[in-house]
Amino acid sequence: MVLDGSWRRAGVLAVVVAALAVGACGGDDDDGGGGSASSDKPVTLTWMVGQTDQFQKPAKALSAAFHAKYPNITIKIETGPQGSELDNLVKTRLATGEMTDMFVYNSGSLLQALHPEQTLQPLSDEAWVDKVDDSFIPAVSAKDQVFGAPFGSTFGGGILYNRKVYDRLGLQVPKTWDEFMANSAKIKKAGIDPVIQSYGDTWTSQLFVLADYHNVAAQDPKWADKYTHNQVKYSQEPAIEGFRHLEEVNKDGYLNKNFGSVKFEKALSMLAQGKGAQYPQLTVIVPNLETSDPDNVNDVGFFAQPGQDASKDGLTLWLPPALYIPKTTEGDKLDAAKKFAAFVASPEGCQVSAGAFAPTGPYLVEGCKLPADVPQAVKDLQPYVDAGKVTPALEFVSPVKGPALEQITVEVGSGLRSAASGAKLYDEDVKKQAQQLGLEGW
Amino acid sequence: MSLELRDTAVRSRRIAWPASWLRGRRSPYPYWFYLPAFVIFFIFFLLPTGSSFYYSLTRWTLFDAQFIGLDNFKQFFEEPALTKGLTNTLIYGFVTSGLKVVLGMLLAVLLTSSVLGRAFMRSVVFFPVLVSTIGVGITFTVLLEPDQGLINDVLGVVGIQGPRWLVDPNFALLSVALVDVWKGVGLATVIYIAGIVSIPREYYDAARVDGASAMQSFIHVTLPLAWPATVTVIILSLIGGLRSFDLIWAMTRGGPGFTSDVIASVIYKQYQAGFYGLSTAGNVVLFILVTAIILPLYAFLTRREVQL
Repeated sequence: MVLDGSWRRAGVLAVVVAALAVGACGGDDDDGGGGSASSDKPVTLTWMVGQTDQFQKPAKALSAAFHAKYPNITIKIETGPQGSELDNLVKTRLATGEMTDMFVYNSGSLLQALHPEQTLQPLSDEAWVDKVDDSFIPAVSAKDQVFGAPFGSTFGGGILYNRKVYDRLGLQVPKTWDEFMANSAKIKKAGIDPVIQSYGDTWTSQLFVLADYHNVAAQDPKWADKYTHNQVKYSQEPAIEGFRHLEEVNKDGYLNKNFGSVKFEKALSMLAQGKGAQYPQLTVIVPNLETSDPDNVNDVGFFAQPGQDASKDGLTLWLPPALYIPKTTEGDKLDAAKKFAAFVASPEGCQVSAGAFAPTGPYLVEGCKLPADVPQAVKDLQPYVDAGKVTPALEFVSPVKGPALEQITVEVGSGLRSAASGAKLYDEDVKKQAQQLGLEGW
Repeated sequence: MSLELRDTAVRSRRIAWPASWLRGRRSPYPYWFYLPAFVIFFIFFLLPTGSSFYYSLTRWTLFDAQFIGLDNFKQFFEEPALTKGLTNTLIYGFVTSGLKVVLGMLLAVLLTSSVLGRAFMRSVVFFPVLVSTIGVGITFTVLLEPDQGLINDVLGVVGIQGPRWLVDPNFALLSVALVDVWKGVGLATVIYIAGIVSIPREYYDAARVDGASAMQSFIHVTLPLAWPATVTVIILSLIGGLRSFDLIWAMTRGGPGFTSDVIASVIYKQYQAGFYGLSTAGNVVLFILVTAIILPLYAFLTRREVQL
C-alpha cells in the first residue's frame, strides 16, 4: 500500500496528537524537592482512610477544618478497606512506593510489621510529641523514633450490655466470670439471647480472647514481655481462659441463632433493641448506634470482661490508630503533611473530630476533653480509667500477633474446635509472625 | 517441482550438505517467528516461576531474603489449616470439573437438537461466563443467606428446610462449588456444542438405519466422537477448579474458620500477613500439584489420539 497524500497527512496528525498527549500526562504531581517554605503555594495531599464512619467522618471534618485554616492546602481523601485486607494493601503500597501522601493505620504490633524505620517519615522532633500521653508513644515508635500522630480516641474492649434487660431481670454488673455465666443463665430463662456474636465480620470473634488481657496481666504483670520472648503461651494458664470463654458460651447454648452470618452493625442493633443482652465488643462501634438506633443509644452500657478475681477486675484499653507519613512524601508535601499531623494531634483537632464522630474513650492528647453528651457505654469507661484499673491491649505491648487469630476464634466460637486445640493452633500461627519479624527466642 | 530441484541445487551449492539430509529437513527460518512470543513468555512466565522456586526457599520480606532451605514447605504441611486446604482443593477441583463435564454435555445435546428458542437458550446458558466473578460471588452470598436469603425462602415455600449454606462448615465449600458450576457450565456447553456439531451426519443416519434409539446413538456415536471436546473440558475445568480463588474469596474468605479454605486462599492469606516466602512456597506446591495431576491425566485421555 503506497503512502499517498491523505494517508501521510493522517499519519503525521496521529504522531502530533500522540506527542501532545504524552507531554500532557505525567508532571501533574511534580512539586519538586527542596524545602523552601513557600506556604502560599497550593499543595494537594492524598490521604488514605478506612471506609467505616469511624474513620471517614472525622477525616472529612478534620480536612475541611484544616483547609479553612490553611486555604492553600487541600486534602483529598481516598477510601481504604479494613481488617486483613488493609494490612495487605498498606504493606504492598509501601513496598512498591505507591502509598498516598498520608495514611491512617493501627498503632502497636501491626505498625512494627511495616518496618517503619525503612518506610515512614520520623516525626520525633515535632512539637506535639511531648503533649501525647506516655502510653501511646511506644505504640507508634520503632528504633527510638516516633512515626505516628494519634487519630481519634482510645476505646475499651469488654462486654456491651443492654441496661434495660439487666434492670428488668434485676441483674448486677458481674465482676467475675462465674457471675457472668450466672447472669447469662437467668437471661436465657427469660427468653433472650444472653450473648451475641457476629461472625459475619470475623474480626469481632477475637474479643473474648483479646479483652481478657487485663485479667492475664493482673495475674502476671510481666506476661507481655515473656510472650514476646516465647516464654509463655496462649495454650497455658492464664491466657487460655479467653479461648475457654468462647467455647463455653457456645456449648451452653447462649449464642444468638444467626451468629455465623450476622454482621456487627446488625448485631449492635439487636443489642440496642433488647433482642440480645450482652455483646463482647470494642466501644469503637458505639457511635454507629446514633445512626441505626438513635432512640436506644443510652440503653447500651459497658462493663469490662470479668476474670477470676473480683478485686483485680479492670479494663483492657485499645490505643487509637495513628496518622503516618510514608517516606515517599517529600518537600512541600512533607511540610504540609507535618502541619496536618500537628493539627490532628492538637486540642483543636480533637474537638473537630469529636464533633464529627463521638469519642469512644478518653483522648490521649493533653488538653482534649470528652464532651458531656457521649453515649452511656463510653461514660462507663471513665470509672475504670479514673481508678487506674486499665491495661493497654496486648497488641500495643508486644509486637507478636498472629494473622489467623480471627479464623481460629470463629472456629472455637462456632464449636468446630476445642479451646485447647484453638489456643495451640494460635501459638503455632504466632510463631510465623515472630520469625518473620526476626525476634529472638523463636 | 522444478522449483524444488532448483532449491536443493542452490542450497547444496552454497554449503556441502549431503542431499539425503536435505530431503525432508525443515528450514529453521519459521522458528525465528516464535522469538518475540518466546521473549514475552520468558519474561512473564519462565523468569517469575524460576525465581519463585528460589524465593520459596527463603524468608522474604520484600526488602531482603534469608535462605532457610525447605523450612517453608515443612511449615506448610505441618499446619492443619494448610493440609485442610489441600484436601479442599482436590474436592473442589474434582466436584466442579465433574459437574461441568456432565451438565455441559447434557446441555449441549439439548442445544444441538431442534428445540424451540435454541439460539436464545444458548445465549442464556453462556451469559454467566461473561459476568464478573466477584459480582456473582457477592450476589450469591446474599441469595444464600440462611435466614433471609431468597434461595432458602423459595425452598421454604415448597416445604424444604434449606441448609445453612455458607455458614454450615460441612456445606460451605460445596455451596461455593455449586455457584462455580453455575458460572462455568456455559463454557463447557459451548465447547461441547462445537464438538457435537462437527460430527458428520452420516454416523447418525447409519445408526438410525440400524435401528438405534436416541439413547443408543448418544452412547455409541456422540460420546466417542465428541471425545476431543470432552478431554478439553475436563482438562480446562480441572485446572481452573484446582487453582480457583476469586469465587471462594468473594463468598466465604475461606470461612467459617478454615473449612472452605483451598490452597489458593491459603496462599493469599499468607501473602496478606506478609509471609512472602511461605506464600511463594505455597505457590510452588500448587504448581507441582496441578502439574502432577494434569500431565498424567492428559496423557491418559489422549493416548488413542492420532495426528490426522
